[in-house]
Amino acid sequence: MAAAGPAPVPVLRIVAECGRSRARAGELRLPHGSVPCPVFMPVGTRGTAKGLTAAQLAALGCRICLGNTFHLGTRPGSELVRRAGGLHGFMDWPHNLLTDSGGFQMVSLLELSEVSEEGVRFQPPHGGEQILLSPEKSMEIQNALGADIVMQLDDVVSSTTTGPRVEEAMSRSVRWLDRCVAAHARPQQQLLFAIVQGGLDPDLRLRCIRAMTQRDVPGFAIGGLSGGEAKARFWRTVKLSTEHLPRDKPRYLMGVGYATDLVVCVALGCDMFDCVFPTRTARFGSALVPWGSLQLKNQQFAKDFRPIDADCGCPTCQRYSRAYLHALLRSNTAALHLLTLHNIAYQMKLMGSIRDSIVQQRFPEFVREFMDTMYGGRGGPPAWAREALESVGITLG
Amino acid sequence: MRLKLLGAGGGRLGSLAGLGRGGAGALALPGCLLYTRTGAAPHLSHDTLREVRGVPGVAHIALPALAEIHDVLEEYKEGAAKFMGMPDAVIYCSLHDPVTPCPSGYNTNKTVSLWGSSGRMEMTASKFMDIQRAIQPDWFQCISDGDTISGEAGRKRAKKSVDRSLSFLDICLQLQEKSPELQGSVMFGAIEGGDILEERLRSARETAKRPVGGFLLDGFQGSAMAKETKLKLIASVTAELPEDKPRIIHGVGKPDEVLECIERGVDIFESFFPFQVTERGCALVFSYDCHPDPEATVLTQNGIQDPEKNGTQEDQEEVSKADPEMTPFEISLKDKKYHDDFGPLLEGCSCYCCQRHTRAYVHHLLVTNELLAGVLLMMHNFQHYFGFFSAVRDALRDSKLDQLKELIFRQALQRQ
Ligand SMILES: [Zn+2]
Ligand SMILES: [Zn+2]
Repeated sequence: MAAAGPAPVPVLRIVAECGRSRARAGELRLPHGSVPCPVFMPVGTRGTAKGLTAAQLAALGCRICLGNTFHLGTRPGSELVRRAGGLHGFMDWPHNLLTDSGGFQMVSLLELSEVSEEGVRFQPPHGGEQILLSPEKSMEIQNALGADIVMQLDDVVSSTTTGPRVEEAMSRSVRWLDRCVAAHARPQQQLLFAIVQGGLDPDLRLRCIRAMTQRDVPGFAIGGLSGGEAKARFWRTVKLSTEHLPRDKPRYLMGVGYATDLVVCVALGCDMFDCVFPTRTARFGSALVPWGSLQLKNQQFAKDFRPIDADCGCPTCQRYSRAYLHALLRSNTAALHLLTLHNIAYQMKLMGSIRDSIVQQRFPEFVREFMDTMYGGRGGPPAWAREALESVGITLG
Repeated sequence: MRLKLLGAGGGRLGSLAGLGRGGAGALALPGCLLYTRTGAAPHLSHDTLREVRGVPGVAHIALPALAEIHDVLEEYKEGAAKFMGMPDAVIYCSLHDPVTPCPSGYNTNKTVSLWGSSGRMEMTASKFMDIQRAIQPDWFQCISDGDTISGEAGRKRAKKSVDRSLSFLDICLQLQEKSPELQGSVMFGAIEGGDILEERLRSARETAKRPVGGFLLDGFQGSAMAKETKLKLIASVTAELPEDKPRIIHGVGKPDEVLECIERGVDIFESFFPFQVTERGCALVFSYDCHPDPEATVLTQNGIQDPEKNGTQEDQEEVSKADPEMTPFEISLKDKKYHDDFGPLLEGCSCYCCQRHTRAYVHHLLVTNELLAGVLLMMHNFQHYFGFFSAVRDALRDSKLDQLKELIFRQALQRQ
């Protein structure tokens, strides 16, 4: 990173933009190397990507993954991670990391959390006294963890909440952004992203974006979505946000990772995504394929000697059949690792294909082919995806 | 399969060459097999196993998991090795899984019970051979009645185990002759007889008369049989066996016990021991480096206390509370004292885990129940265990087995 003084290099370098939709291909220039985007970031909750070694994750082409501040802050504790050389050193990951602020986990995992202007007060799950996670505290922990991208503490409310609480959370998130910026001790080494809130109310979203874009932050996340809201409102909120966020800064849509959602939201102008879904679903025996998913525990795969996906180049598909994985799932956790490998490979390949198609100016064609393969045998793409894509000029056949 | 012995004293140093369908496989002796569950090393995918050094050339697969997919293998037709994504591997199929308990009292004159994930399966000799035809193993243990390990079997039960096993063997040998799929497979005859010397000898002599490719010393699992009895029986049995065929033992995995068996003429062991160590959140840290001086340093560095220097009583109690199965060859990474230990699992270890990660990280993965803990510990424990067998062969070659034994036994005596 540049030293203080000259203007910092912008994080996002746009390589190509889709002539029709809002999709763009670019590069995130981060402290631990540049990352092609749009990008999917696998989630490594506690300093590990769910059973994969750091070498395996890197071999799949992953150049940025997530760590959860809440989990790592409770165990093993940020001070210990700092002494181990930060999260990079602790998990031996030479590429980029992003940590969340801890707020979302706290509100979603702990019933006993309480939000006030000060911060989020909670009872630690492993005993001990009540802890206050303030914006300052979140920054302190994230500074100790040392990730390349850090997130502001935001006041999270469920996307299905309505009424004055949504507005309060939005305004508070703006105030907390200022406190995070002020408390951030390593702005040269760690990029602090703001998180846009405002629920599903267009007016609140716009007010939040206007306020936050007046602050000098290197990137923006779209928060508070993917919490069970109707898809029709989800995509409209994403579109509204990308329309008003600055073109030259990265846009990170939090908690989104289903293939269809990724394709649509890239079309709407998002650059970064994260989601536990591909790794979590692997642990339930489910393999992602371009036409949906295969539940490999099902009896129908017991004698199916084909690979999960004949066109997948991952180590699992190169070597093993559905029938073998079906048998292995009964006896050996190695089966879960093999599915996790495949599912992350699937996400990486999907994002790579999206990016290539944008660069080659054939993104709309890519989207049509993707939807054909995914929904051709199932009565066509869902209405919300069709509408969302139409709103940015991509018509499905 | 060709067995070549180098005639070193104190054990059978040598190699088995010409293994597998292509004849390119080999196994150095004394050696161990690669323990797998349904054909995959526990916790490890093919690419993580590749990072482990010294992986043995023969993979060990237990029959129960394969019996459960008999119909699948039958339809597949090309054998278990290829089905499991390792077409070039040499596989040994044992009757039971060394880690799964085998309840006593379910065998009859005509059947042996197997225990799989879906419960008990009754196996006749002909059913057994049907399954082997679908597996097409390179080596396999003949079906046998080894239900004598509870320690209270008695003479009558011991005799029955020998009679039944010989009768199974005769049926299986006949069936093998008539099975084109099994012409390349080597059958290991099981030597039974519980703790009765004359039954053991009868079993060894009778089995040796038959055209088997190798021998399995069965019924020595567990700790019900007194150690002296066990060792005496093993020595007596191997004395009856022809020199030119390999001898496997089941259920022996601790380094000190392995050495005692090697001295008594056993060639091949399993590798369930490092798996068990992994499952209890432990790392093997015993030293097998026989060079005269630095050993003491290595011991202390790795947290094993030299018994002559006597660790404090509290330390010992704390460790024994951790897991009753824990042996003196390992440390428990679940122990709170490792939470800020930034050293590797084992100083000087060249495995993937020790080269990149700390005890603190593995401790963290264990206390948060992360799957990666099993992966990293398995990589380390396998590599360390395979390295131990390599050290045994070096010691045999350099006539230093006594020194190695002394070093291992000194460590075995700790905390006991
Ligand atoms: Zn794949
Ligand atoms: Zn190691």
